[in-house]
Parts: sequence; structure tokens; C-alpha cells
Amino acid sequence: MELLIFYPLAGICILFALGVVINNSPINSAISLIGMMLCLAGVFILQQAHFIAVLQIIIYAGAIMVLFMFVIMLLNLKGKGEDDKWQSRDNNLLLNVLSGLLAAGILYKLISIINEAKFNSPALTSENFGTVREVGTILFTEFVLPFEVASILLLVAMIGAVVLAKSKVD
Amino acid sequence: MLLKLTALIPLYPLIGCLINGFFGLRIGKNTVGLVAAGSVGLSFLTTLIVFFGLVMTPAEERVFEQVLFTWFAAGDFTAEFGFQVDPLSMTMMLFVTGVGFLIHVYSIGYMHEEYSFYRFFTYMNLFMFSMLLLIMGNNFLLMFIGWEGVGCCSYFLIGYYFEKKSACDAGTKAFVMNRVGDFAFLLAVMYIFNIFGSIDFTTVFNAAPEKLIYNSEAVTTITMLLFIGACGKSAQIPLYTWLPDAMEGPTPVSALIHAATMVTAGVYMVVRCNAIFALAPITMATVAFVGAGTAIFAATIGMTQFDIKRVLAYSTVSQIGYMFMAVGVGAYTAAIFHMVTHAFFKACLFLGSGSVIHGLHGEQDMRKMGALKNHMPITFVTFFISTLAIAGIFPLSGFFSKDEILYHALMDGNVILWGMGITGALLTAFYMFRLVFMTFFGESRVDPHVHPHESPKIMTMPLVILAGLAFFGGILGIPLFHGWHILHNWLEPVFHFDLASALEHSAHMLHEQGKHAPSWSHLLAPEEGHNIWIEIALMLLSLSIAVAGIFGAYMCYIKKPHLPDSLTKGQWGYDLVKNKYEVDEFYDDYIVKPTVETSHLLWKECDAKGIDGTVNGTAKILGWISKQAQSFQSGFVRNYALFMVVGFIGLLIFSI
Amino acid sequence: MNLETVPLTHYLFLSATLFVIGVAGVLVKRNAIVVFMSIEIMLNAVNISLIAFDRYLNLHDGQIFSFMVMCVAAAEVSVGLAIIISLFRNKPTTNLDDFNIMKS
Repeated sequence: MELLIFYPLAGICILFALGVVINNSPINSAISLIGMMLCLAGVFILQQAHFIAVLQIIIYAGAIMVLFMFVIMLLNLKGKGEDDKWQSRDNNLLLNVLSGLLAAGILYKLISIINEAKFNSPALTSENFGTVREVGTILFTEFVLPFEVASILLLVAMIGAVVLAKSKVD
Repeated sequence: MLLKLTALIPLYPLIGCLINGFFGLRIGKNTVGLVAAGSVGLSFLTTLIVFFGLVMTPAEERVFEQVLFTWFAAGDFTAEFGFQVDPLSMTMMLFVTGVGFLIHVYSIGYMHEEYSFYRFFTYMNLFMFSMLLLIMGNNFLLMFIGWEGVGCCSYFLIGYYFEKKSACDAGTKAFVMNRVGDFAFLLAVMYIFNIFGSIDFTTVFNAAPEKLIYNSEAVTTITMLLFIGACGKSAQIPLYTWLPDAMEGPTPVSALIHAATMVTAGVYMVVRCNAIFALAPITMATVAFVGAGTAIFAATIGMTQFDIKRVLAYSTVSQIGYMFMAVGVGAYTAAIFHMVTHAFFKACLFLGSGSVIHGLHGEQDMRKMGALKNHMPITFVTFFISTLAIAGIFPLSGFFSKDEILYHALMDGNVILWGMGITGALLTAFYMFRLVFMTFFGESRVDPHVHPHESPKIMTMPLVILAGLAFFGGILGIPLFHGWHILHNWLEPVFHFDLASALEHSAHMLHEQGKHAPSWSHLLAPEEGHNIWIEIALMLLSLSIAVAGIFGAYMCYIKKPHLPDSLTKGQWGYDLVKNKYEVDEFYDDYIVKPTVETSHLLWKECDAKGIDGTVNGTAKILGWISKQAQSFQSGFVRNYALFMVVGFIGLLIFSI
Repeated sequence: MNLETVPLTHYLFLSATLFVIGVAGVLVKRNAIVVFMSIEIMLNAVNISLIAFDRYLNLHDGQIFSFMVMCVAAAEVSVGLAIIISLFRNKPTTNLDDFNIMKS
């Protein structure tokens, strides 16, 4: 069951991610990203992380991506004209080739590291592992201080966004 | 009680120097002169008070030390800032402040036309301060400070007319030659500290007989180094050439620094260190012969010069040579006696020559003088008295002091020294009267446009006082009768040195080192009694020698004015002497030029190319690297991201 | 190894692949917004690793971590997009190569 779902899901996920990078239009990129987020939510569910999967959909696919779309539309970015000059600058071609090589290098290195690692057989998971109740209990008991700090972080980010984005009054 | 005032003595000139230095241009010439001369005058009065305080204390306790504060201390080494007053330094202080005061007063008149009047008096006061530090310091280091200070002021004042290149060169020459001596002096001080662990005069001289072995290498090295230092300061062979050139400075400077006080510092220092010198017979002999040699050498040059101040300068070199000769034969009293009388008559002569130059509006060449005795009578009379004194005519001061030196030289058993001395006396009488005859007698060769005139009273008064002192100064040391020699009795405690016990110590120490001590018994032979008849014979001899010298000068320059020319024409010897034995040229060719060339080479090759090249090269390389690094800061976020990723990969590769 | 479950390494491969795609996006894309999206991909890739290890070790700490990562991502996106807006106001472009005012 897990096998059947995971590999297609992972393949689609990677395809969507590539779509984000390859697409010229920001809108298309954003839609690809949403697809990727949803696939990832499925992956999380496979891992019995139900709470996180729900959060993934609510926060990423919902809130963050709406924000992205909103900004793209606000700035009225067109697909054409922005990235048409893909190879217009000489030094950028070199930069892109170099970037691709670097990325490939990192991938190779990471995969080799993961391959070398020895993992024991996994521990048995309990019935209600990863449920909202389970995670919520831990979040409000053991990790209550980081949780509150995270809320303050979000508050500060909100104020920062308002201050930065508002038009100059004076 | 009265001795407590000692610290004030050098303080007054320092205050005067500061006032004139900082406010000299604002307070006006009259105030500047008043401050300068007044501070030295106060100093002189204080010295008199301290002198009476010292006289009233018993003869055995006449050493007073006043430590103001500990200057610095490092480990075992402490240097105090303190003054020492004993009969020797008292004598020096008296005539330095006294003559200094008179010269300051004279300078007010002489320098009155100068624009930077205040600068002159600032330096003069600073000089007085340094000189008093030199004399009164209670340790070698403080003496060295004064020693450097007077050298520095000498440099300033020789180069007083700094717009004249010759004056600047003369100042540099004096400074550099003094440095040679100063360096040796400093080495000696270090050596002394190495042996004694102290640089305090009292400690060192009390410990000298116990720590130094008679005629050992150590004591010879120390004394030789000290003597080289004295040579530099006191213009003895081979470091004498700066003094004649130093006459580029204003005449009062020549009188104060380059005749009366500073140049005698070397003699003072050697006399002060008599406890060490007494243990070094080789150095003593060197001192005596260098002194005697300088006396004759400079006298011969003096006979051929035509610049009035240069003649006096060579005369000074020659007279200091006499003092060193006296020191070298152990006649310290005679040396100090001659130093005092020399200060009187030489200061008077210099000031008199200054008066002549002043009266002739800056003319210094004796060939353009003559018959001035009617124009400037006071100057003439005082000058004549001083000349008689320096020539050694009875009963003026120079007669007694010079005679005493010659007597001691003979009694020391060295006929050669005595012969050199008596020859020098003959030459002295000759060239001094040559000077007087050419300047004041004969026909007038003065430029007809110049009208000679007598100097103002402020200049003639010091002349009169100094001439009086030059006349009566001999009272200080009347020979023949035991107990009449005031100076001798006064200085006796300072020169008291127990050679017998010192030799015993040395023998003991040598014995401990397992060496055989040579026999020194002959050194302790009882001194022969003061033989009055020998002395009287010597007096008569030197008197007749002086008269002979004067007669020679009279014949050459009054009676037959063409005689000198016909005698000297075409004589290579005369030309050699007239060119000062080519010593300056010799130094230039073999010391100065190679030094300058080497320095130039070092500058061009080592410094400009090597060191500067390294420094500039480092800067250039760094600049180049920075240029390269600058391209990393493109301002494009993506480049930065790229570098970040590169760093990340580096971490991945090297850390895992 | 249990045949019915996907091995941990495969989750990690997925994580690594997504992360590298994100890196490449950051390096290659010139549109600031797309660069931001790539950063989101990277963050999500990390989340996969965290959750995979979480299950493997039967712990909940990884989920808490990924929760925190999401919070940070949300904050970052809101501030980052605000910065892009204010940049856009100065210069009507989101092309990063047009902004080199960080150069001295």
C-alpha cells in the first residue's frame, strides 16, 4: 500500500518542483508549487504525520501560496519579458551552467552520503502516532515556550511586513 | 640650612628659559633681557648664599647631597634626581653663574639689534640650566643629561644665524663631533654600572678602590672611554675641529659656551672622576700627552689665523690642553685653578673681541683692523689686561695658574711634558700679542667707510669686571708659601685619595684570583717637599719665556710689519699650519665622505629599494588581492547565493 | 527490512532531490518571487527529512521542528514579499540582476 502510493507521489512531487524552476511565468511556477505542496502533504500522511500534513495544506497551500499569487498579481508580472533575456547576459550563461553543475554535485554527494549511512530497522510506531491530539499535547506541554516564541516571531513578521509594504506616507 | 637652597640654583634659568621661550615675542626686548639676565643673576646670588653655607660647615663635612626625587627605578637600577654640592662643584657653580651672569648682561647690549632676541636668551638660559645640571648632578646619568643639554644648546646657538649655511654646517659639525664623545661617555657610564651596580657619584667613588684593580683592563677601559667623552666636549685632539668652526655663533655664545663653561666640562668630569683615574696610570699618561699635544698643536695654528675669533678659539683649545695636561699629571687643583682663571680672561677676551666686532659693524678680519686703542679705550684696556693674564705675566692670574701646571708637570718627573708646556707658553704669548698688536696698535687698516666706536656701557661693564677678575684671580692660588693656596685648601677634601690602601686592595684581589701582583712600592715613595727654589726658578723662566714671546710679536707686528710676510713666504710649513694642518680636509676625505657615501648608498639601495620596496610591495600585493576580492562583491544577490552554495559544498566535502 | 514499507533512504532521496532542485532554482532564476518559491521548496525538502526521521525513531520532536520550520517560512515569506513590494516601488522590476545596490 505504502509502496504503491509513495513512488508515484514522489515522482509527481519532483516533476512539480522542476516545473517551479523551469516555468518562465511566475504564475505557472506558483501553480506548480501548489501541486508540489499537496503532494508533499500526501507524503506526510504516508509517514503518519497527520497534523503536519493538515498544516502543510492550510499554511503552505493555503496561506503562503495565496500570498504569492496575490503579490504576483499585485505587481502584474508578465511571463514574457522577464525571463526572455535568459541568455542575454554572457556571464549569466556561465553562471547558469556553473549552478547546474554545482546542484548536480550536491545531489551526488547527498545521495552518496545517504547510501553510506547504516539504518537499523525502524522502531514500531504506536496507534495514535502523529495525530493532532498527540502532537498538540506535546506542543502545549513540552514545547510550550518555543511555541510562544514562534507566535511572537509571527507577530513581529506581520508588523515588519506592514511597515515594509506600506507606501511612504510622509 | 643655607644649603637647602641648592635646588633653586638651576631652577631660575629654567624658569627664565620657559618664560622667554613661550612669551618672548610678546613681552618685549627689555623684559626678555631682564628675565634672562635676572634669572642667572638670582642663580648667582643663591650660589653665593649656598657657598657661605658650605664655608661655614666644617671642612670634613663639606659634601651636601640634596635628592629631589627618584627619577626612575628598574630592577637594581635606580637613578635619582639629586644635586651634590661639594667644594669642586661649588667652585664650578660660582664661576659658571658669575661669568654667565656677566655674559648675559653683555649680551643684552650686543644682541640688541637682533630680531629673534628672545630665541637667543631662551637658548642661553637653557644652556645655564643644563650646565648647572651637569655640574651639580649627583650621579652619572644626571651629569649626562646636562652633558647632552649643553651640547644641544651649543648646537642651537652655533646655528643661531640659521640663514647662513656656514653657521648651520658648523652647528652640525659640533653636534656630530660631540656625539662621538657622548657615545663613549655613555658606554663608560654603562660599564661603571656594570661593575659597581650604581651610578651614584658617592657610591662609585667610595667603592672604586675596592672594586677596581690598579692598572687593570677594566679601569683603563672606563677611564679611556670617559676621556674620549671629555675630548669631544672639551675639543681635544682628535675631536677638536668643531670648536674653531663654532665661532660662527654670536660672540657672547663663544664667550660663554665655547670658552668659559661648556668646553671645560670635560676637564670637570675627569677631575670629578679622579678616584677612578688615579687607578689608571696608562690613561693618565694619555691624558697628559694628549693635553700637552693639543696645547702646542692649537697654539701653532692660532699663530697663523687672521679671524680674531678663530685665534681666540684656537687659544681656547690650547688652554684646555693645558688643563688636561695638569689633570694627567695628577695636579687636579692646578687644572681647576687654570679653568677658573681661564674662564675669567678668556671670557673677557671673547667679549672684548665682540666689542671690537660690534664697533666695526661685523668686521672679524684682523687685517682690516689696527690702531683701535684710541677709538675704544675701555675695550682696549680690559683686552690688554686679559692678554697679559693669558700670556702669563706676573702678577696676573694666568701667571700663577699656568706656572702651577708647569711646576707639577716637571715635578711629575716628565721633562718632555714640561718642555711641551713651556713651548706652548711661548707660542701663547706670541699669538696673543700678535692679536693685540694687529687689532689695537700700528696703522689703521680699517675700511674708511666704517667709523669705529666704543660699545655701550652695558657691554663695557662686564668687560671691566672680568678684567678685574682676570687681574686679581691669582690670589686664589698664591704658591711658594704653604697654606696660602686658597683653592688648594678648599678643594683638598675632594681630591683626597688613599692610593696606598687602594693598591693594597688591588694586590689582595689579584692574589685571590691567583695572580701575582706586581710591585707597586715605587708609587708610594714619599713626596718630595715643596722645593721653593725650583719653583722660583721655573717662575722666572716662564716669565722670561712669556716676555720673549711678546717681544717676538712686537718685532714682527709693530717694529717691522713686513717681517712676517718675508719670513713665511713660500714656506710649505707655514702654509700647512695656516691650513690647520689639513686636519679638516683629512677628516672630510677619510671619515666624512666615506660615511656620507655609505649612507647615500644605504639610502638609495637598501632603504629606497629594499625596505621601501618591501613595504610598498606588501601594500601593492594586498591592493591587488583586494582588487580581486572586490569582484566577489558584485551586488547581485544571486552571486552571493552561488558563493553560499559553494561554501556549503565545501563543508559537505571536507567535514563529512 | 519490511517489504511493505518504503525504506527511510528513499524518503531521504526524495528530500535530497527536492532540496537540490530548490538550490538550482535559487541559483538560476532571476525573478525574485520565483527565487522565493525555490526557497520554499528547500524548506519543504527539509521537512520531509525531519518527518521521515521522526517516524523512523518513533519520536514527535521532528514534527515539532517542522512545525517551527513552517512558522519561520510563513514569517519569511510575509517579510520577503513585503521587501519585494517595496523594492518594486523603487524600481518596477523583480529581476534580481537589476538590483546591485549592495555593491559599495
